[in-house]
Amino acid sequence: MHLDSAMSQRVTFNNKLLPYLLLAPQMLVTLVFFFWPAYQAARSSLYLPDPFGLSEQYVGLENFTFLLEDPYYRASFLTTATFSALVAAISMGAALWLAVMADRVIKGSGAYRTLLIWPYAVAPAIAGVLWLFMFNPSIGVAPYYLKALGYNWNHVLNPGEAMGLVVAASAWKQVSYNFLFFLAGLQAIPKSVIEAAAIDGAGFWRRFRTIVFPLLSPTTFFLLVVNVVYAFFETFGVIHTITAGGPQQATTILVYKVYSDGFVGQDLGSSAAQSVILLLVVGVLTIVQFRFIERKVHY
Amino acid sequence: MADVSLRAVRKSYGKTEVIHGVDIDIADGEMIVIVGPSGCGKSTLLRMVAGLEDITAGEIGIGGRVVNDLEPRERDIAMVFQNYALYPHMSVRQNLAYGLKIAKMDKVEIARRVDKAATLLQIGEYLNRKPRQLSGGQRQRVAMGRAIVREPSVFLFDEPLSNLDAKLRVQMRMEIKNLQHELGVTALYVTHDQVEAMTMADRMIVMNAGVAEQIGAPLEVYNNPQSKFVGGFIGSPPMNFLPTGAVTAPASTTEIGVRPEHLRFCAPGAGLFDGTLKFQEALGAEMLLHLQDATGRVIVMRVETRDAPALGTETVSVTADPADILFFDANGKRA
Repeated sequence: MHLDSAMSQRVTFNNKLLPYLLLAPQMLVTLVFFFWPAYQAARSSLYLPDPFGLSEQYVGLENFTFLLEDPYYRASFLTTATFSALVAAISMGAALWLAVMADRVIKGSGAYRTLLIWPYAVAPAIAGVLWLFMFNPSIGVAPYYLKALGYNWNHVLNPGEAMGLVVAASAWKQVSYNFLFFLAGLQAIPKSVIEAAAIDGAGFWRRFRTIVFPLLSPTTFFLLVVNVVYAFFETFGVIHTITAGGPQQATTILVYKVYSDGFVGQDLGSSAAQSVILLLVVGVLTIVQFRFIERKVHY
Repeated sequence: MADVSLRAVRKSYGKTEVIHGVDIDIADGEMIVIVGPSGCGKSTLLRMVAGLEDITAGEIGIGGRVVNDLEPRERDIAMVFQNYALYPHMSVRQNLAYGLKIAKMDKVEIARRVDKAATLLQIGEYLNRKPRQLSGGQRQRVAMGRAIVREPSVFLFDEPLSNLDAKLRVQMRMEIKNLQHELGVTALYVTHDQVEAMTMADRMIVMNAGVAEQIGAPLEVYNNPQSKFVGGFIGSPPMNFLPTGAVTAPASTTEIGVRPEHLRFCAPGAGLFDGTLKFQEALGAEMLLHLQDATGRVIVMRVETRDAPALGTETVSVTADPADILFFDANGKRA
């Protein structure tokens, strides 16, 4: 009773200005760092600047039509789809497996967890450099042993290997994050439900398939959204350090193309148009995920 | 249907022993209630029978088969959990059918058993609902149903009624008892509620600190408690314990025990206890009187409401028939 009345009590301000003042810092940050750049990108996507950046000319949707006819841009879409699907699948799969194993460990579970969480503290660029050194075709440890096994690793020349390497580095970095959420999700499942299933005759894998995994679905869904967004944007550092989008643009995902066309190629109009498209793609993806996948989620 | 036997069953976590050797033979179709305060090891004992906890030492047999090293699913048991442990993402029908499906039972047979259990428990109209759409009592029934459909040899109940309100609890305990009787399935039932234990048990095990203090029929345990703990735990209000005083008692007696309903008023100074009437608790037909003596010791007496004296400061004396007085030694055992 007492708690209820305390909870339902609303804080009221007598001063009409105070709420706005309290909101102002957050609003300012949002406006300056989110809305203004977004507006700038949307605006520049309709213009074509001259080579010296001194003037610009309104070109309507020409930047977009040019892009959609560009085979390199269309290839980048496919690259991004492959890359994100692989990163999300591998990092979530590995994290789920580790979480299930860590959940079963009783002795020393704290140590396992701490160690598994560490990679998350590594910055993307550092992670990229780490994997770059390990797999460097001339001095790396991995190619050295691969060569001993008769395999000649060279991701600088081989598009497939380059993709594999950036996927591995990106997924590896995200495993910790996914692991944390999966472990928390596993521990939130009442133990008695698992025990009831065991008494009902379900073995470990059957319990996992029919009880644990369905009950984890809110976590899985949340992580799917997070991981796809991660693969789309935050993997920039990894790609930039390891492959810089190559070879033959094999690892140029959309966000990397925004950068390389805009800041390396100095085609600001096209770059802006690409970021607008990217924005739409992520928006649509998120809506699709919430509309169609969330329906199958058991909360 | 099977008998169950526990032979010197012990449980340790690391170096801490929590169950110090329990022995009992449970006959086929018998309902055994394990009762005791929290932390006495009663749930652990049940979970050992279920196979959810390892057996540190001793032997558990179900239907003449030693089950120590068998998985829960191989023991032919069904368990009802305190929080029901229903599968939240499955409908009631799927919950009931889950175990049967795993046993690769024929679909027609599954449907028959589910419908039969649903009719028996009056949950037929909820079969397509999810557990979260059910009330506590309905969930309880579904949990029961999940145990029944498997037609196991032994039912295990782990405080199944403790999440229900008082009225529903009274109703459900009779239903469970009836159901168990009708199905004739051996049952082990854990509770901390001595009323549940008294009303449901064919025989009860009173546990204290990992030891089975007494095993017997409810009234036998009530009338003839083998230790001070049992006398104090079974019965509400509990047994009164008094100094031996002038009572003729075996030599080793340090305390005597008297049930509240066995006390009656007597001439001043001629009884077991002299005190003043401090409180009255009116239960309706009966009244509980709290008497306090000069040393501060309080005893509780149960009288018919119409016989209850008024509260006051004058000293009253109470006594009991010698046949109703129990003698306890320094170890809390019967002298």
